[in-house]
Amino acid sequence: MQAETTKAPAAPAINARQASRWSLLKRDLYLSRHYYVLMAPFMLIFFLFTVIPVGLSLGLSFFHFNMLELPRFVGWQNYSRLFLNDDVFLIALKNTLLFAVITGPVSYIACFLFAWIINELSPKIRAVMTLVFYAPSISGNVFFIWLIIFSGDSYGYMNGFLMRLGVILEPILWLANEKYVLAIVILVQLWLSLGTSFLAFIAGLQTIDRSLVEAGTVDGIKNRWQELWYITLPSMRPQLMFGAVMQITASFAVAEISIALAGFPSVNYAAHTVVTHLMDYGTIRFEMGYASAIATVLFAMMLGTNILTQKMLRKIGE
Amino acid sequence: MTSKVRAVFGMSRKLNRSFTVSLMLFALLALFGSFMVLPLIYTVNNAFKPLDELFIFPPRFWVNNPTMENFADLINLMGNSWVPLSRYIANTLIITLLGTAGHILLASAAAYPLAKYRFPGSKVLFTIVILSLMFSPHVTAIPNYMVMSWLGWINTHASIIVPSLAFSLGLFLMKQFMEQIPDALLEAAKIDGANEYRIFWSIVMPNVKPAWLTLMILQFPALWGTDGGSFIYSENLKTLHYALSQITQGGIARAGVGAAVALLLMIVPIVLFIISQSSVMQTMATSGMKE
Repeated sequence: MQAETTKAPAAPAINARQASRWSLLKRDLYLSRHYYVLMAPFMLIFFLFTVIPVGLSLGLSFFHFNMLELPRFVGWQNYSRLFLNDDVFLIALKNTLLFAVITGPVSYIACFLFAWIINELSPKIRAVMTLVFYAPSISGNVFFIWLIIFSGDSYGYMNGFLMRLGVILEPILWLANEKYVLAIVILVQLWLSLGTSFLAFIAGLQTIDRSLVEAGTVDGIKNRWQELWYITLPSMRPQLMFGAVMQITASFAVAEISIALAGFPSVNYAAHTVVTHLMDYGTIRFEMGYASAIATVLFAMMLGTNILTQKMLRKIGE
Repeated sequence: MTSKVRAVFGMSRKLNRSFTVSLMLFALLALFGSFMVLPLIYTVNNAFKPLDELFIFPPRFWVNNPTMENFADLINLMGNSWVPLSRYIANTLIITLLGTAGHILLASAAAYPLAKYRFPGSKVLFTIVILSLMFSPHVTAIPNYMVMSWLGWINTHASIIVPSLAFSLGLFLMKQFMEQIPDALLEAAKIDGANEYRIFWSIVMPNVKPAWLTLMILQFPALWGTDGGSFIYSENLKTLHYALSQITQGGIARAGVGAAVALLLMIVPIVLFIISQSSVMQTMATSGMKE
């Protein structure tokens, strides 16, 4: 009896607090209605073609689905097949990791190094050099020029050059030889990889406060290397983070270049990547469930590496 | 002499610079710079080579007797094809212009509230956009196809244009750039009685023109170079890039035309970048990710 009397007045108070929080949110939502209207078109398309597909892909990876029959739930079977029964996937995974380990860091460091040197030049030369390094990544599919350079007959530049030097006597079929093809794709990927992050680094370098550098000199910084480590890199941390995301994502997604140079499928799958494997099952064999499992693995790898790298970059200059 | 070199390299105002190290670094820059630019110069040269020079052995880098023959051949060849060249050009222009302009408009509209206000859901939405920068569109290719076929957009230009409107890198760069607009400017407009749409359209948009150009230079080459992917099958809906890649696959007889095509495809995005370079740099300076 007594318990009830103490409870009775408390209940409406909680209700009132909940109600006021709810009405507060309602008021907030009402006040920001214009913001939602402004964002609606972009967000609608973004969710429809990016967010929902990621969810769909995750869900589908547990089904057997070929676009004709109804999806059939198979649990982890797609994943176990992927890692235990698909030798080609393991080759693709190995190649993709090689790309991520080689082109990722090399292009990232190259982006920074070239941006850093270019930053010392006078404005006009700086603009020209920026164009020189950035042009390959926006020049569309000009990378087929590399097909001519590595062409298998003696008209190929590489063959012609090496034959004239006497290094080789007969032309080498560069792009049809397992020994060379992956290295060539890596080289061309590097050629194409100085993109958005390169621009971000150049721009970031120009925003560094000159007075910081001058103060550093007074404090005993003796050469450009010390300046780089103690002043430049820490000042550029936000751009370095952005650049890392761009380069990592690109290095995991190599596919078009591999297809253009090495063919699809490449000799003995020597230049096969996770993305070309995904295309194989998604657009040729129509095993959508299986392809979704491949996509999910790729998604996890890209996201995981990015988050790990962000954590590491936070330590710069510490 | 060295002081002149220093001036060219913009070094005279710098502190603590060893001249030898500078020269070594610039040599490095020149070496890799030529690695980057030589294939492009070669492409330009090739487009002006007459047929006998294209097939000379050993292959030559520079053109000896430049000719416009390849371009004339290209026009003739395309004039005789089943679908006229103008159709391919029109398709490419529709896709590129609508896709780029729409993206700039939609991304700016979405970036403005995210950059300037806090409201329920704003943080979550921006985090999702950041996360989506961390994986490539390949991940969503298959469900995308299903969404397209559900919408009935397979074999329409909408399947290329609409998804490109919501490119998350564009939203991210635009939001970072908009954060620089002084709040006082927006408040002054509010006091004068402008509503949010009005502020967005007449105050914010004109102030972010450099970022427009940046979004353009990121979006344009992607759409300009699209061949329709897995969504477009009809010949008369295909793009210029598709038509031209058919020519380059045509074999030896058309090698000259192929070289002309390569030059055409490459030159447009590069010229656009040259024009917009300083604006792009201005936007990129704000591209950093805060922790």
